[in-house]
Amino acid sequence: MSEILDLTAAELAAAVAAGEIAAVDATRAYLDAISARDRDIRAYNETYPDEALARAKRIDADRVAGKNIGPLGGVPVALKDNLCTTHGRTTCASKYLADFRAPYTATAVAKLEAAGAVVLGKTNMDEFAMGSSTENSGLHATKNPWDVGRVPGGSSGGSAAAVAGRLCAAALGSDTGGSIRQPAAFCGVVGCKPTYGRVSRYGLVAFGSSLDQIGPLTRDVKDAALLTQIIAGGDPADSTCLGDSVPDYLASLDQPIPNLRIGLPREFFPNNNEALRPDVRAAIEKAIEAYKAMGAEIVEVSLPHSRIDVGDDGAISSFAVSAYYIVCTAECSSNLARFDSVHYGHRTKQPVEDIVTLYSRSRAESLGQEVKRRIMLGTYALSSGYYDAYYNKALKVRRLIANDFKAAFGKCDVILCPTTPTPAFRLGEKTANPIEMYMADIYTISLNLAGLPGLSLPVGLSDENLPIGMQLIGPVLCEENLFRAAAMYERARPAQWLPPCAN
Amino acid sequence: MTNTAQTDTIQPVVGLEIHVELATETKMFCRCRNHFGDPPNTNVCPVCLGMPGVLPVMNGRAVEFAMKVGLALNCTVPGYTKWDRKNYYYPDLPKNYQISQYDLPLAQNGFLEIPLSSGETKQIRVLRAHLEEDAGKNTHDIPGCTGVDLNRAGVPLLEIVSEPDMNSVEEVMGYAKSMHRLVRWLGVSEANMQMGHMRFEPNINLHITRGGVTYKTPIVEVKNLNSFRALENAVAFEIQRQYDEWQGNPEGFVLAKLGKQNRGYDDGTCKTVFQREKEEAHDYRYLPDPDLVPVTVSDEWRQRVAGEIGELPLARRARFMADYGLNFKDADALTQDAPTGDLLDQSVAAGAEAKRCVNLLLGRGAAVANERGCAIADIGVTVEQLAELAKMMSAGDVNATAADKIFEKLLAEGGQPRAIAEKQGLLTVKDLGQVEQWVDAAIAANPQAVEEIQSGGKKQKKAFGFLTGQVMQASKGAAPPAEVQKLLQQKLG
Repeated sequence: MSEILDLTAAELAAAVAAGEIAAVDATRAYLDAISARDRDIRAYNETYPDEALARAKRIDADRVAGKNIGPLGGVPVALKDNLCTTHGRTTCASKYLADFRAPYTATAVAKLEAAGAVVLGKTNMDEFAMGSSTENSGLHATKNPWDVGRVPGGSSGGSAAAVAGRLCAAALGSDTGGSIRQPAAFCGVVGCKPTYGRVSRYGLVAFGSSLDQIGPLTRDVKDAALLTQIIAGGDPADSTCLGDSVPDYLASLDQPIPNLRIGLPREFFPNNNEALRPDVRAAIEKAIEAYKAMGAEIVEVSLPHSRIDVGDDGAISSFAVSAYYIVCTAECSSNLARFDSVHYGHRTKQPVEDIVTLYSRSRAESLGQEVKRRIMLGTYALSSGYYDAYYNKALKVRRLIANDFKAAFGKCDVILCPTTPTPAFRLGEKTANPIEMYMADIYTISLNLAGLPGLSLPVGLSDENLPIGMQLIGPVLCEENLFRAAAMYERARPAQWLPPCAN
Repeated sequence: MTNTAQTDTIQPVVGLEIHVELATETKMFCRCRNHFGDPPNTNVCPVCLGMPGVLPVMNGRAVEFAMKVGLALNCTVPGYTKWDRKNYYYPDLPKNYQISQYDLPLAQNGFLEIPLSSGETKQIRVLRAHLEEDAGKNTHDIPGCTGVDLNRAGVPLLEIVSEPDMNSVEEVMGYAKSMHRLVRWLGVSEANMQMGHMRFEPNINLHITRGGVTYKTPIVEVKNLNSFRALENAVAFEIQRQYDEWQGNPEGFVLAKLGKQNRGYDDGTCKTVFQREKEEAHDYRYLPDPDLVPVTVSDEWRQRVAGEIGELPLARRARFMADYGLNFKDADALTQDAPTGDLLDQSVAAGAEAKRCVNLLLGRGAAVANERGCAIADIGVTVEQLAELAKMMSAGDVNATAADKIFEKLLAEGGQPRAIAEKQGLLTVKDLGQVEQWVDAAIAANPQAVEEIQSGGKKQKKAFGFLTGQVMQASKGAAPPAEVQKLLQQKLG
């Protein structure tokens, strides 16, 4: 069975389609792996063994009957727990939604299932996707399969840990400020945040609606391209979803980009060990050398409004992070207002004298610290008298950041930088200081503000044997180039390291 | 308004916010049915229930309806508008924010011309009209509980805000009724007050001049008035109340010191009532709705919608007076809604005489409409029927009494006017010999009346009418009244 777990999603789909591996066997292999090892990693909030096996059985029967089982036929996948599904619960790792069962399925999930994927279960996350370590889960913490004393990153930490720990063949996550790419980097897997609007957000429980985007976490670049291909495209249920046709990412994946121009933003290579740890920098520089060896041209570009500043006291700050925490908190304060205990979700058992007490007590009991903090920050930022100073100014910074990228892409095809300033940190290391936690996203956050696609792929191991991620950034709707550029690197330097936990 | 005792000059200053529910098939941001009166929470879906992860999708028809009203109100309809979230917590608002329009409304800076009893008109400026979603309804019919019915949640609602240009109850009512007529005219709302399709919120204060000094009373906003009567009573009551209160404290009861206040309206006493001051002003924390893309209105779209508006009520009323020679009252009665006037126009186009059609429509037609509580156009008469009947009258084929009978028959059973007239024997007898026989018979049978006519006394007129009536009765209404009278005059004159 163990060879099933070693296959990528594309390889497994091919084996199932060829009748070499039964979908039921693949599903059982993963369910067994979850039973055996997820008690240490705790990637999943809930699994659906019976439904998954029943579905795998149907796929096998369809294959035998000669029906098309789809490009992911029989491939067991995991879903971040903020993607609504009619089976099981959709908790967002919040006590408020601990028993919430959605009467609808997210468009991206429906597309994945239509392509033949078998959903194993829902993965853990920071509550309502607010966090960078999955420690903000209202249910339990998830451990990094490389070192169970460390965080898997977040907020899609459960999905990243499940892929890295061989507890699913591939997974979906969501990315508002780095929530796919950062855990992908921490767990040594590939994570892709497509262009804003490339994938329908229908059925994704909103955190920062103008920033949120669904994307895949996978073993390799090809799987990322395959899953993105499947979930991308227009959706009448999401007006912000782009109707542009989806290119065939797989068709061109193996073709190197001739005369590839790679931009290095000088602001993303700060001379500061906190903002960019030396072993991370070294790994990225090695990757740049590999691209050079393949004939790529390296050009310096500038993203002044995304720059990382280090204060006299050593504190790291960034315009992008500041603007991001105004925009996302403002949107979240409004998005999460619906969790009022009137229509669904947690309702206080305490006696309440009026409706306001019902609201506040139910929310106080069921929402976590970080969620409350962001609701308060966002409420403040939108308050009359502060709107222009905060929200409006953040929107202006957002525009400037997008303009910087536009100018940079006049000189290069893709931008390359670290995904994170450090490898995975220890559980509890940053929980006391939210600002420090926010800085875990300094390299990823500006893409969300600009709506650009980004991809993180593993490029090496740190001094303590933890994965290091490299981020590639492309212009709007240029995912195809990202996948091709990433695949070039992957072919040149295939990553064959497995986390200790996955064995 | 002048108070003679103190020679105060009092000018009421009133602005009006009107909420109009649009008569689209479906709600503003989902596909649920937009329909009043269904069992609670039956026209709902995850979107209008505000469930997590769902997204609004704009109803383009509602936008067109709103554009139509904006253009008919002479507003600018900008090329770019957007959606904003208005955040506040209330159980009938499932998302705890309302999707509305804040700084870029769909229509702005227009006016509505309203009729005054003097026969003149006045322009009331319209500041803006914006589209939003309605909230649900809290119900209190379950003891100890508040019920929430979300059938109305998400219904498209147009909020039309006037400038404070109205200076009397009459002007307020003229504006409200003109707006009511306009939205029905345009077909964008049923504007049925009982169903809450139209709600009013007047802002009222007084500018009082005494001894050369002008005092402004605090502006009062009266919330949620659901009928014309409530609006009329509330505004009239406020004008009196504010003057009374000001008289008691001329330096203290002023806008500069007390600011704006909200008051409610009590339907039982017809008075406005003090509402507890809110602890602080509502901060709605508006933000652009990131779930919806901005609305771009192209010139082509705007022109197409403008082209669908057609003639508006005041213009049509003027035309009816000029072209058809109608008096103001009749022309006004025929322009309460578009289809009634259309019926008249089309009948005239089919060759009927306007006056005949008007008499039919405003006579039996209006009576039947009144009985049924519908518009005249909805009583069920077709252009063909109306035109034919009017033409028969003009040709002298039927008299007015017979025409009324035919009209009623048409409404009850349908059919063709001429066929009904023939079947019922209602066609005018054109055989003058026959008419003369009836006249002679009436003269012979009523010597007293004949004497009264011939004696020329004060009973003459009444007796003449009596004899005419006798002839008409004998002919079962088929004699031409003009001929009858001519013959009577000849024989007795």
